[in-house]
Amino acid sequence: MLDISDLHVSVDGTEKLHDINLHIGQGETHILMGPNGSGKSTLLKAIMGFGGYTITSGSIVFKGQDITGMSIHERAHLGIGMMFQHPPAISGLKLEKLLAATSHLGADAIEALAQTVNMEDFLARDTNVGFSGGEIKRSEVLQLKVQQPDFLMLDEPESGVDLENMSLMGKEIAGLLDKDVHIINRRRSGLIITHTGYILDYLEADQGHVLIDGQIRCHGNPREILRVVKEKGYGECLRCKQM
Amino acid sequence: MSTLQTDVTDIEQLSQEDRERLALTGLEVEMQNRCGSFFQIDQDVIQTTCGAEGIEMIPIKAALEKYDWVKDYYWNAVSRDKDKYTQYLAKQESPQGLVVIAHEGVKVEMPLQACLFLREEPVQHVHNIFIAREGSEINIISGCASSWQKEHGAHIGVTEIYVGKGAKVTSTMIHNWNPGISVFPRSATVVEEDGTFLSNYVCMQPVNRIDMYPTARLVGKNAVARFSSIVVATPGSTLDLGSRAILGAEHTSAELITRAITTGGTIISRGHILGEKDNTRGHIECKGLILKDGIIHAIPEIEGRVTGTELSHEAAVGKIARHEIEYLMARGLSEEEATATIIRGFLDVKISGLPAVLQEQIDAAIDKAESGF
Repeated sequence: MLDISDLHVSVDGTEKLHDINLHIGQGETHILMGPNGSGKSTLLKAIMGFGGYTITSGSIVFKGQDITGMSIHERAHLGIGMMFQHPPAISGLKLEKLLAATSHLGADAIEALAQTVNMEDFLARDTNVGFSGGEIKRSEVLQLKVQQPDFLMLDEPESGVDLENMSLMGKEIAGLLDKDVHIINRRRSGLIITHTGYILDYLEADQGHVLIDGQIRCHGNPREILRVVKEKGYGECLRCKQM
Repeated sequence: MSTLQTDVTDIEQLSQEDRERLALTGLEVEMQNRCGSFFQIDQDVIQTTCGAEGIEMIPIKAALEKYDWVKDYYWNAVSRDKDKYTQYLAKQESPQGLVVIAHEGVKVEMPLQACLFLREEPVQHVHNIFIAREGSEINIISGCASSWQKEHGAHIGVTEIYVGKGAKVTSTMIHNWNPGISVFPRSATVVEEDGTFLSNYVCMQPVNRIDMYPTARLVGKNAVARFSSIVVATPGSTLDLGSRAILGAEHTSAELITRAITTGGTIISRGHILGEKDNTRGHIECKGLILKDGIIHAIPEIEGRVTGTELSHEAAVGKIARHEIEYLMARGLSEEEATATIIRGFLDVKISGLPAVLQEQIDAAIDKAESGF
């Protein structure tokens, strides 16, 4: 599904990601961990194609197409989607209008999807304006349920979410990643940034990666990586780097 | 039905281009959503018709002859000597324009339309008086436009609005001029106890210059005024716009809201709220987007004169935030679609209490302009 080879990314002339190699197969969910400032969000934004994230060398191939030079919306049309950690509030743009503009769904279908994440009362409100932390996440999940991306990137889905919302979010994200589909038929893939690993209470991940100082230092079983980080912190990963 | 002068064929004789220009300012020739209509081309009133019980629409000359008391409202809210434009108008031997009288307790949601069309004359002058008696409610949509062939000219208009006790007047003005036209509206409103005055102004098409600073004087307790302006300055246009509210009685409140976009023209967005009495509130909000190099100069003024007045303002001028565009692009919108969607949202001022037909008219003007961004 996604093949990243020898990727180097600069922000404001400073290289933030060095020699990233990442392969995410169809139906796979990967976890990305790492200390603050290690470049996790930078990687997601570079995959999405945001301005300011300059790919100086390497390539991103998605579904067999080199998307390295594509615009954001072309990537979205190919099937890449992203759940933002801090989405902007857009005054005057009603959530229902945004959802209608980004899909071919009718008002009834949108309303029905909104009900699944308790967002039906927010459809007539301006997108993300005055939303609480949990409401923002539900708004993001709703937008992604409408968009139906084949490859979903989630930037800290747990942050700012209370336990009750976390349960709903976890189930919905699992649904977006085809976790309710038998593994043989599972089509959708995902890359999830997590600090706490709470999301693993709701879905199984296939691989974990640790990003330190802009480099992927290790790949492995996600729960094992999470356990090591919880017990020993990222210091262990740093030492690992020195070995 | 009171019809003083009706010559509908004249409207129908206008060119298709001109009729389309007028339609964008809210003129409905078929009048499906209008309860009355006044139409003036240059200095000729060609239509005055009103089908609403308890509402009178009369050309100003006839109104001054019909009711002796109308003269008490003539040059009352606006002074003849205010400036050279009012002096020019006051000197006219044959004043043109419209008087609307909503009699006591009469409430009509369907708007009246007043259409002023500059076609051939160098200067069009208009004097309108809207009188809403106690407990009445009216909606007036004023469409002002110039012929597509009209290269140069000026429109000078005085509008005096009197909102009686507990009455409500919603006045929506939509302008559609040409790059060589200069426009000088001079308006003032007096709002009595428990009265509400909503003023909406939309100008999104090229013009040489618009210069106006309407004032609402809130003279009775609990009176409310709200001015909303949605304006776009194209290259070569100068829009010097303001609105002023004088909180002259206790428990009065006012809100002045502006959304301004420049695509190369100049916008001076003025606002002034004067808090003269206790328990009064006022707020000015001006947001400007500079899409292409142009000028947006916001000058909000709040002036409190007693301890019990609470006044505030917020003004922001800038460009569309890149991360907002990219957010929508990540959902699949192209850069152009994302930009237009954000501009549309920016211009979407929620005007509470606005009848749906007026909102539709404003939306139509925005949609028309949006295709040019």
